[in-house]
Amino acid sequence: MTEGSTARIYGLHIAVVAVLVALNFVLPEYHHAVLARVLVLAVFAMGYNLLFGYAGLLSLGHAMFFAAGLYGAGLPLYHLGWGIAAAFASGMAAGFVVSAVVGLLALRTTGVAFMIVTMMFAQVFYLVTLYFGEWTRGDEGLVLPQQARRIVFGGTALDLTDPTTRYLLAVSLFAAALFATLAVVRSRHGRVLVAIRENEERTRMLGYDTFANKLAAVVTSGVICAAAGAAYALLFGYVGATFASVQYSILPLLWVLLGGAATTLGPLIGTLFMYYAVDIASGYTSAYMLVVGVMLILLVLFFRRGVLGTVRERWARWLP
Amino acid sequence: MTPLLVTRGLSRHFGGLRAVDGVDFSLMPGEIRAVIGPNGAGKTTFVSLVCGRYEPSAGTIVFDGEDITRMPAHLRVRRGIAYTFQITSVFANLPVYDNVALPVQRTLTDGRSRGAVRHGVMEALERVGLASRAGVPAGSLAYGHQRLLEVAMGLALKPRLLILDEPTQGLSDGEIDNFIGLVRDIARDATVLLIEHNMPVVMELAQRITVLNAGRILAEGTPAEIRANTAVQEAYLGTTQEAGA
Repeated sequence: MTEGSTARIYGLHIAVVAVLVALNFVLPEYHHAVLARVLVLAVFAMGYNLLFGYAGLLSLGHAMFFAAGLYGAGLPLYHLGWGIAAAFASGMAAGFVVSAVVGLLALRTTGVAFMIVTMMFAQVFYLVTLYFGEWTRGDEGLVLPQQARRIVFGGTALDLTDPTTRYLLAVSLFAAALFATLAVVRSRHGRVLVAIRENEERTRMLGYDTFANKLAAVVTSGVICAAAGAAYALLFGYVGATFASVQYSILPLLWVLLGGAATTLGPLIGTLFMYYAVDIASGYTSAYMLVVGVMLILLVLFFRRGVLGTVRERWARWLP
Repeated sequence: MTPLLVTRGLSRHFGGLRAVDGVDFSLMPGEIRAVIGPNGAGKTTFVSLVCGRYEPSAGTIVFDGEDITRMPAHLRVRRGIAYTFQITSVFANLPVYDNVALPVQRTLTDGRSRGAVRHGVMEALERVGLASRAGVPAGSLAYGHQRLLEVAMGLALKPRLLILDEPTQGLSDGEIDNFIGLVRDIARDATVLLIEHNMPVVMELAQRITVLNAGRILAEGTPAEIRANTAVQEAYLGTTQEAGA
C-alpha cells in the first residue's frame, strides 16, 4: 500500500457517491425507487462483507442482524409511537446487543461449526418473531403508518415517503457505511482482521487477541446490518418476518460473492446486479430463485473472486 | 543474575506419548542457547509450551520472574516471547510489507502515525536483507527468503526472548553464513533460543547447548562439553552424518 494510492482510493469512493447523488435527478421513477432499495440492501451487504470478506468468518445468520434493526426500529415506532430518530437508534442498539451476544457464543466455534451455529441463532430469532405474532404479526408483518414516518424540524417536515427524500437518505446511509467500512479496513484493526482470515494461529503468535478482534468484527458487522434493517423499516414502511428468514442470510453472501468479497465497493455492484437479475427474471417466470441458484453456480465455477475481486487481481491492485 | 526463563518439571503428554517429560530448564538473559536432539525428541513441543501454543500437562514456566504457565499465548508475546515457526507460516497472500507491519504496529505504543509503522517495517526487513522485496506477495518469495521473513516478523516484535525453530532449514550455504551474522546481531539485545539440526551452525552460535532425547534433558553444557559427551554421541551425534562436520 503506497501513500499515493490514498488519494486515488478516496477519489474513487467520493466519485461513486457523487454519481449516486446525481442519479437522483435523472433516473426514471421506477429505477429511482429500485435504486433506493438496492442502496439500503447494499449497506446490509457491506456489513456482511466486513465479517465474511475481510475477517474470513462465514456467517449464515446475518438475517437476524438485519431483522434486529428492522424490528428494533419498527416495533417501538408502531406500538410506542417513537419518532424516526429514536426508532433508528433503537434499531442499531438492538443490532449491537444481538451481535454482541451471538458473537460471544458463536465465536467459540470456527469454520463449519460457526456457520451452523450462526444459522441456528438466526432460526431462533426468526421463530421468535413468529412466536410474538401478537406484536409482530409474523409473516404478514406490520405496515408503518405514513404519518409516523415524518420528521419535523421547526417549520420544515421531512417526509420519508417522498421518493426524493427517501432516495437521498438511502444514499446518505450508503455513503456513511461505505466510508465507515473503508476506515475500518484501512485501519490497523482491519489489517489484523485480514491476518486472522489468512492465518489465525500466526496472528495469535504475533501477540494479537484474535477472539477480541473477531468479536469486534462481528459487532461492527452486526451494527451496520442493523442500520440497514432499521433504515429499511423506516424508508419503506414495512416490517415482516420474511426478512428474518434464512433467505435473507444467504442473499448477502451472494451479493458479496458476486461483487467481490473483501472489496469495499463490491457489495454495491453485487446487490445491484442481483436485484435487477431477479427483478427481470421474475417478469418471465415465478421460479426466479432459479436465477439466484444458477448465478451462484456460475460464480463458483468461473468467477471466484467476483466482479471487483477480478478487476483488482488483473488491473487495479490498489483497490481496497 | 536471575534467569530470564525457568521451567520446572515441564511436561506435555499426547495420549500415552510423553513428548516433553519433566524438563527443568533455565536460560540466562543475553544467552544464545541451542536445543538439539534427534527427531521426535520433543524440541518443538518444548518451545511450544514456552510460547503458549500448547498447554502443559504438568510443571511451571516462569518468565522474568512471572509465572506464565497458564497465560494465553498472545499475552506472552506481549511480554516479549517471540516464536518463529518451524513450518514456514508467513501470510502468503499478503505483501511482505504487511507481514512485518502486523508485528510492528502491535509494538508501537505511540499508536497513530503511519510513518512509524513504515520505519519499523523497513528496519526489520533491512536487517534480514529483504527490504527490496517489500511489495511482493510473501508466498512468491523463495523458500529461504520466507524463512528470513519469519525471522523479520519475530524481530519486529522487539522480543526479549526470540525462539527460532529450525531457521536454517532450506537455506543455501551463503544464506546460512549471513544468517549466523544476523543471529549474533539479534543476540546483542535479545536472548535467543535456537532449535537447530545443522551442527556447524549450532557449534558456531551457541554458548550453551541443551540436548533433548525422548522428552527429557540428556545433557547440557558448552559446545565443547557436548561434543565430548559420550551419552550424547550415542543418542544423537553418532547416528548422523553431521557428527563429523
